[in-house]
Amino acid sequence: MTLEWIGDAVLLLVVVPVVVYLLRGVLNAANSIVPSAQQIAVAANAGSKDLDATALLLTTQDQVQKTIEVAADYGGSLDVILDDA
Amino acid sequence: MPAAGVVMIIAVLLIVVALVFYLVSTIVALQRITKALDEAIAGVVGIIEKSAPVDDVVTSINTNLDAGVDLLEGLLVKKAGMQDAVGLVEGLYPGAAGEGFRNFPESKETKAPRISEVYTKGTLTLARLGREAPIAAASPNGPALRNPSYGSLAARTLYPEARQTRPTAMPRSPIIGTDSPVQYEPSESPGVRKRMPVAAGAAMTSAPEETEGGVVKSGLAFLRRLKSDKAPPSGAADQD
Repeated sequence: MTLEWIGDAVLLLVVVPVVVYLLRGVLNAANSIVPSAQQIAVAANAGSKDLDATALLLTTQDQVQKTIEVAADYGGSLDVILDDA
Repeated sequence: MPAAGVVMIIAVLLIVVALVFYLVSTIVALQRITKALDEAIAGVVGIIEKSAPVDDVVTSINTNLDAGVDLLEGLLVKKAGMQDAVGLVEGLYPGAAGEGFRNFPESKETKAPRISEVYTKGTLTLARLGREAPIAAASPNGPALRNPSYGSLAARTLYPEARQTRPTAMPRSPIIGTDSPVQYEPSESPGVRKRMPVAAGAAMTSAPEETEGGVVKSGLAFLRRLKSDKAPPSGAADQD
């Protein structure tokens, strides 16, 4: 009978607090991850939206190519017109 | 049932309740994390998809720009010479001569001359082209010179003659606005006015005007009056 009471006391005074402590730690860790994950989602969406302008790189590519072509034509004409140093 | 057994059952129940509460809360938190990570993954996938062609495009742009740099550097060095080319670059971008040209390593050791010497060479080049360049107005033997006023007058000759030498003969621009001496009304159809313009302050008739052949009669009267005003009055000298 005494051992049963000792077992109850251990159960109530040791096991229950330990279980509660451990479970609460797990819950706090999980809750602390939530805002971080949400911030990552917001940042990823914002980064994806920022990259919408990458389509303009195709225009830039064409413009650069045309500019270099014009510069090459102009340089060829200057090469003919001007004497070498 | 002994009291010790009851207490044990209560203790076990407490443990089970604690387990349920905290585990359910943890499950809810993990579900929120999963949802947020799904959104993050969608965003990251978007970033990957949108940035996929960037490498090729930027490489192409850099290739073209490299070709342009090679072309311009080569042309500049070929036509101006290494020393003057370095001087020109130094004149345009102070301090850039130290870096030298990319395709001409020896340019780093070339001492940049004063920019005036490069301009003198440019002046001679323009004069040699026979374009009557204003920049070559002074003797090419003199210092580098650009006469701003002469250059400005020379540029004006590129525009129509009437605007340059006889500005006083040009009719003045009409005065517009609510205070203008001549008031116009917007016409309903192009070329036809409701009435001819009247001077500011003149009495306006509110009655609708009669028309003759699509033209307001008062307008015809105005035209006749204008015509008679322009014609020399017969016998006016006699009256005076």
